[in-house]
Amino acid sequence: MNKKTVLIFACPVVLLLMSLKTAFVPIQVQLPLTDSLKRPAKFGFGRPATAQEIAAWDIDVRPDGKGLPAGQGDVKKGRVLYAQKCAMCHGVDGTEKPGVKLPGNALVGDTSATSKPKTIGNYWPYATTLFDYMRRAMPYNLPGSLSNDEVYSITAYLLNANKIIKADVVLDAKNLYKVVMPAEKLFIMDDRKGGPEIK
Amino acid sequence: MKKLGNKDQKRATGKISRRTLLGGVIAAAVLPVQSLFADEIPNEKPIIPEITDDPTKIVGPGPGPLGKRSPFEQPVRKASDISSRTPLQDMHSTITPADLHFERHHAGIPSIDPAKHELLIHGLVENPMKFTLADIKRFPSVTRTCFIECAGNFRTGKAEMTPQDILGLTSQSEWTGVMLSTIFNEVGISDKAKWFLAEGSDAAVMTRTIPIAKAWDDAMIVYAQNGEAIRPEQGYPIRLLLPGFEGNMNIKWLRRIELSEEPYMTREETSKYTYPVKDKIRMFSFELDARSIITYPSYPQKVNKGWVEIRGIAWSGRGKVEKVEVSTDAGKTWQLANLQEPVLSKAHTYFRYLWDWKGEATEILSRVTDETGYLQPTLTQLVEARGANLGGYHMNPITAWQIKNDGTVLFKPETIK
Repeated sequence: MNKKTVLIFACPVVLLLMSLKTAFVPIQVQLPLTDSLKRPAKFGFGRPATAQEIAAWDIDVRPDGKGLPAGQGDVKKGRVLYAQKCAMCHGVDGTEKPGVKLPGNALVGDTSATSKPKTIGNYWPYATTLFDYMRRAMPYNLPGSLSNDEVYSITAYLLNANKIIKADVVLDAKNLYKVVMPAEKLFIMDDRKGGPEIK
Repeated sequence: MKKLGNKDQKRATGKISRRTLLGGVIAAAVLPVQSLFADEIPNEKPIIPEITDDPTKIVGPGPGPLGKRSPFEQPVRKASDISSRTPLQDMHSTITPADLHFERHHAGIPSIDPAKHELLIHGLVENPMKFTLADIKRFPSVTRTCFIECAGNFRTGKAEMTPQDILGLTSQSEWTGVMLSTIFNEVGISDKAKWFLAEGSDAAVMTRTIPIAKAWDDAMIVYAQNGEAIRPEQGYPIRLLLPGFEGNMNIKWLRRIELSEEPYMTREETSKYTYPVKDKIRMFSFELDARSIITYPSYPQKVNKGWVEIRGIAWSGRGKVEKVEVSTDAGKTWQLANLQEPVLSKAHTYFRYLWDWKGEATEILSRVTDETGYLQPTLTQLVEARGANLGGYHMNPITAWQIKNDGTVLFKPETIK
C-alpha cells in the first residue's frame, strides 16, 4: 500500500531505553496516506456471483484434473474430428513436412527433447493443457464450438499420434490428468533473481 | 455507418482468409534469431496538404472536436497479422501515444459493450463476486506510469533494421485504475490461495496464472491509458496491469479471476512463453530483465560531423534504472549517460549522451544497470548462460549501431554460433 515515509528522531525518553549503539539512528516510521485512514473494511461495490454465473465461465482445467468435465472421447472419433476441424491449419497428420509451412503449429512429432519443431510430444508438459486450450480457443475460426466429448476425442487422437497413449484408450475426467507427458521432466521454474548474475 | 473493411467482412460472414489463419497461429512476436520479414502490412501514405509560402498571410482552419498529427509527422506502427510495433525511433520521450502502443493479440480484438462487461472473481475467496465497469471505477483509483513489453521482443538478421523492427514490442503509458489488492480485499481472499488465474474475453479466452504476491504488491486493474479510456487493442474496457512482468500476463479484456492453491499450467505458460536453458526449459519467467537501446541515431537515420546527442530508452522489470552507459568506440570504453528525471520504477527511462563525432567509422552501444545490480548482457553472455538454442523469449542483449564514414547508421546484427 501507499505509505509516506517519515523520519522521526527518537525522543530522549526513548533514547534512554535504547542501547547506546543505536541511540542516534533515526527511526523510520511508515504513516499511511490520510485518505486510507478512512477506508472501510468493505466498500460494498459489486454483487455476489451466482453459482450459475460461475459455472458458465469456469472452463479452466488444472493439471490435477480439477475442472475436467463429464464426457469421454477416443482416438478413432478424434481422428475423424481432426481431419474435419484441425487438419486445414495443422496438417493432414499434424506434422511439419520439409519445405511446407503450416498455417498452424505442428502438433505431432517424436518425443525426443531435442527434436524440432516444438510439438505436443516434445514440448507440452501437461495433458490437461490440451483439453483446456482446445475447449476455449480452437478451432481458430470457430473458437469454443467443440463439445466436451469432441475435445476428449481430439485430445486422445493427438496424444496417440504423439505415441503417448495407446489407440484403445478412452479419455475422460478420471484418466486424462494421469497421462504423464514426456516433456514434463524438462521444465524448471524460473531461477533468475535479479542482481549481477546473467541467467 | 462505416463500411466494413475487407477483413471485417470476412470475419462477419464467418469465413476466414488464409492470411488471417496464417497470422493467427504463427507467433511472429516470438520469431527472434531467424527473423521473419514477410507478412508485414504496408502502411498508408499520408496526404500532405498544399503549403503556402507564407502562413502569416492566410487564416487557417478553426478548432475541431478531435486533434490530428501534422501531416508531416506520420509515426506509424508496423503491423503483421498478429502484432504491431511501436516506432521507437520516432519517439522523443517515454510516453507512447495510445495509438502507437504495440499490439499482440492471440485471436483478434474483441468488440465489448462496456455497459455489459463484468469481472467475475471466484475460487478460493470468501465471497465470489461480479463487478461491472462502473463498480470498478468507484473504487479508490491509482495512476502509474510503466512499460509493457512482450516477452518475445528480439529480432535480428540484417543491418537494415530500425529500433521498431528489433524491439518494437515495448511501449509505455500512464495507466489509471484500481489496485488489484483493493478488489481482492473486497472479495476476501483465502489464506490457501497462492495463485490466481486471469482470463480475457477475446476469442482465445486467454489465460495466465499469476503468483498472488503480485496482487498484494503492485498489480492493477486499469481502465484508462494516458488519461482516456484504454484502447480496444489494449483491452477495453479493462485489462490487468502487472508492472515489470512479461506483456502476455497483462491480460486484456479481463473478465474472470480465479484464486487457486496451484498454477493452472495454461497453454501460454507452458508450450508458449517458455524457453530452453541448456538442457531444460525455463517456465514462469515473469520479470523482464533490464534492457536499453539507442533510438537516436539509429537506422535509417544519418548523422553529421560535430555534436550528436545520443538518445535512447532503458528499463527494467525489476525496478528502477540505476545507470546507463554509452560506448562510442565499439564497446572498448563506456561513459555515463544522463538520465531524464523522474526515474520511475519498471518504466522506460530516457537517457542522453553528448558525443562529438569526428567522422570516423565506429559502433555506438548502450548498456543499463538496474537497481538490483543487474548489468544488461551481450548476446554472447546470454548464449553462455542459456546455451545456443535460445528460443525467443526474454532476450535483452545490448544493441550496437554501426556508424559509417558517411554518417549512415546501420544495425549490427549478431549471429549465434
